[in-house]
Amino acid sequence: MRLGRGAKIALTAFATVVLAFIYVPILVVTLNSFNSDRTFGWPPPGFTTQWWSLALQAQGPRDALLVSVKAGLGATAIALVLGTLLALALSRYDFFGKHAISILVVLPIALPGIVTGIALQSVIQNLLTPVFGIGAGLFTIIVGHATFCIVLVFNNVTARLRRMGGSLEQASADLGARPFTTFRRVTFPLLRSSLLAGALLAFALSFDEIVVTTFTAGPDSQTLPIWIFNNLFRPNQAPVVNVVAVVLIIVSIVPVWLAQRLAGADAAESRL
Amino acid sequence: MAERTGPAGSGTPAIRLTSLRKEFAGTPPVVAVDDVDLDVRSGEFFSMLGPSGSGKTTVLRMIAGFEEPTSGHIELAGADVTKKQAFDRDVNTVFQDYALFPHMSVAENVEYGLLVKKVSRPERRTRVAEALEQVRLGDHGKRKPSQLSGGQRQRVALARALVNRPTVLLLDEPLGALDLKLREQMQVELKGIQRDVGITFLFVTHDQEEALTLSDRVAVFHAGRIEQVGTAREVYESPASAFVAGFVGTSNLLAGDAARAVIGREGSFAIRPEKLLIAPAGDTQRGDGLMGAEAVLEEVVYGGPVTRYVVALDAGARLTALEQNTGASQAAAHLRRGERVRIQWNPEHVIDVPESASR
Ligand SMILES: Nc1ncnc2c1ncn2[C@@H]1O[C@H](COP(=O)(O)OP(=O)(O)OP(=O)(O)O)[C@@H](O)[C@H]1O
Ligand SMILES: [Mg+2]
Repeated sequence: MRLGRGAKIALTAFATVVLAFIYVPILVVTLNSFNSDRTFGWPPPGFTTQWWSLALQAQGPRDALLVSVKAGLGATAIALVLGTLLALALSRYDFFGKHAISILVVLPIALPGIVTGIALQSVIQNLLTPVFGIGAGLFTIIVGHATFCIVLVFNNVTARLRRMGGSLEQASADLGARPFTTFRRVTFPLLRSSLLAGALLAFALSFDEIVVTTFTAGPDSQTLPIWIFNNLFRPNQAPVVNVVAVVLIIVSIVPVWLAQRLAGADAAESRL
Repeated sequence: MAERTGPAGSGTPAIRLTSLRKEFAGTPPVVAVDDVDLDVRSGEFFSMLGPSGSGKTTVLRMIAGFEEPTSGHIELAGADVTKKQAFDRDVNTVFQDYALFPHMSVAENVEYGLLVKKVSRPERRTRVAEALEQVRLGDHGKRKPSQLSGGQRQRVALARALVNRPTVLLLDEPLGALDLKLREQMQVELKGIQRDVGITFLFVTHDQEEALTLSDRVAVFHAGRIEQVGTAREVYESPASAFVAGFVGTSNLLAGDAARAVIGREGSFAIRPEKLLIAPAGDTQRGDGLMGAEAVLEEVVYGGPVTRYVVALDAGARLTALEQNTGASQAAAHLRRGERVRIQWNPEHVIDVPESASR
C-alpha cells in the first residue's frame, strides 16, 4: 500500500503522539527514581542512586517482590500444565460441548477483574476458609492468577497446534509411535517455543496484576503492585515507590519482549 | 464391482476391503466411501484413480488407520485390522504434503520408525544409510527438511516409509506437488524402487496417465464407488462404464442419434482418439474395411509429436482425433479449420460402453 505524502506525515505524527502518551510517563517515573529532589522537582536538580539503595534495603518491597515472584511462578506452572492439556484436547479431539469449553477457557481474560476478584473472594470466605481451612494468601493469589494465565498458554499452544496441523502426529503414529511417544518426540519439541512464550506472557501478566489480587491476597501476603498501591500516598515512601515501579516495569517488559522474539523465530522455523 | 479372483497363485491379498463404507457427519451426511470391495495382490503396484472428491484419500486413510470406517472390514495380509490403531498396523504412508518432522534432520526423520520400534542402534544406522542411498540422498542426511527441494523432500518421505519394510506402502498423490519434469523422473524412480523392494504399493492419483503408466492394476473411483478394476489396458480399451471411458483418456462418446447414424446400432460407444484417422473429404484411399463419417474440422491443436483434431460430425457428435506427426505423406497435415473432412476407424476399435457399471 502506498501512502500520499500528507497521509504519511499525519500517520507519523499520530503514532508519535500515541507512543509518547504511553512512554513519556514511564520515562518520567524512571528518571524520578534517580531524582535527587525528594519531592521530584522538575527538571531534576541532580541524580542520585540513594533511592535505589534505600529500596533494596527496605523490608516491605523485598517481601512483596518475593510474594510476586512466587505467585508468578506458581500461576505460570499451573497455566502451563492446564493450558497445554486443554489446548491439546480441544485441537486434537472431537467431543460434545467442545466449542462451549473453548469459550469458557478464554473468557476469564475478558471478564472484569473486579468481578473475578469478588467471586473468588466469596469462594474463599464462604467455602475455602470454613470448610478447608484455607485463608486468603499466596495460594489463593496463585489460583486467582492462574484463571487468566491459562488463557495465554492456551492461546499460544492452540495457535501453534493449528499451524502444525495434524499430519505430523499422524505421520508419527503411522511410523509406529504410540500416543505418548508421539507427544514426547514430535508434539512437545514443536510446542516448546510456544510454551515458553506463553509462560513468559503469563508470568508478566501475573506479575503486575492488581485487581484480582486485591481480593485474593491476605493481609500478610502483598504482591509488589499491591505494595505500591498501599504506599503510593505516603509522602515519605514516594522515592521508594518510584524505584519499585521501575523494577515492576522491567520485570514485566522483558518477558513480553522475549516472547515476541520467540514467536518470530518460531514462525521462521516452522515454515517448511 | 471388484475382482475377487486374481490370476492363479496370487495367494492371500495384501489388502482386502469388504463392504467398506465411510460417512462423515453433516446435514446431510457425506458418503465419502460407498460399499467398496477390493483386493490388492501382494507385490502389486495398484493405483486408485478418480476425480477430486471421489473418496480415494478416505479409503487410504481408513487403511492407514487415521479414519474409522462406518462399516465394513479391512484386512492386511489376511488379518482383520479394522479395529486396530494406526501405530499397530504394518503399513506406512507417504503423505501428500510429506509431513516430514521439521525439527529433525533428514537422517533422524528416516530413523524415526526404527527408533520407536526399538531397533538396535547399529542396525538403525545401516538401514537408514541404505534407505537414503536408495533414494539417492546418501549425503543429505544431516540437513533439515527445510533445506531440501520439493523432489528431495518427497524422496525423504519415501525413504522414511520404506526403511520400515512395511508389507504395504500407501502413497497419497506423492508427486502432486512436483513440476512436470521432476514428476516424470520420480515416476520412473518410484516404479524402479517398487520393483526392487517388492512391496505392495497402493497409489492414489487423479492423473490418469500416471496411473496407467505406473500400475499393474487400476481401480477407477467415482462418487465413493469403484467403477472398474483392471489392468491399464483393460481400463483403457474396455471401459466398464461411460464414466470410466470418459475419465480415462479422452472420451469420444457416441450415444443416441449420433450412435444410430454413425455406428448403426442402439447404445453408447467410445472410440479412442488415436484410433481415428482423418483425411480431406472424399479421400477414400485408406477405406478398406473401415467405417467412416463426414465431419467439419473445428480445431487443430499442434502438440509436438502429435496433433489433435476436433471435428463435428454431421450426425451431431464432437470427436477428437490424435495423429502422430510422422512427417511421411500426411494428408491431414494440410487441413485447416472449417474444412470438410472424413474420419475413419476400424470397427474393432468401437468400444461398447454400458451406461453405468454393473454392480
Ligand atoms: N473430514 C471430513 N469431513 C467431512 N467430509 C469429508 C472429510 N474428509 C473428506 N470428506 C468428503 O468426502 C469426500 C471424499 O473425499 P476424499 O478426500 O476421499 O476425496 P479424494 O478422492 O481424495 O479427492 P482429491 O483427489 O481431491 O484428493 C469428499 O466429498 C469430501 O468432501
Ligand atoms: Mg485426496
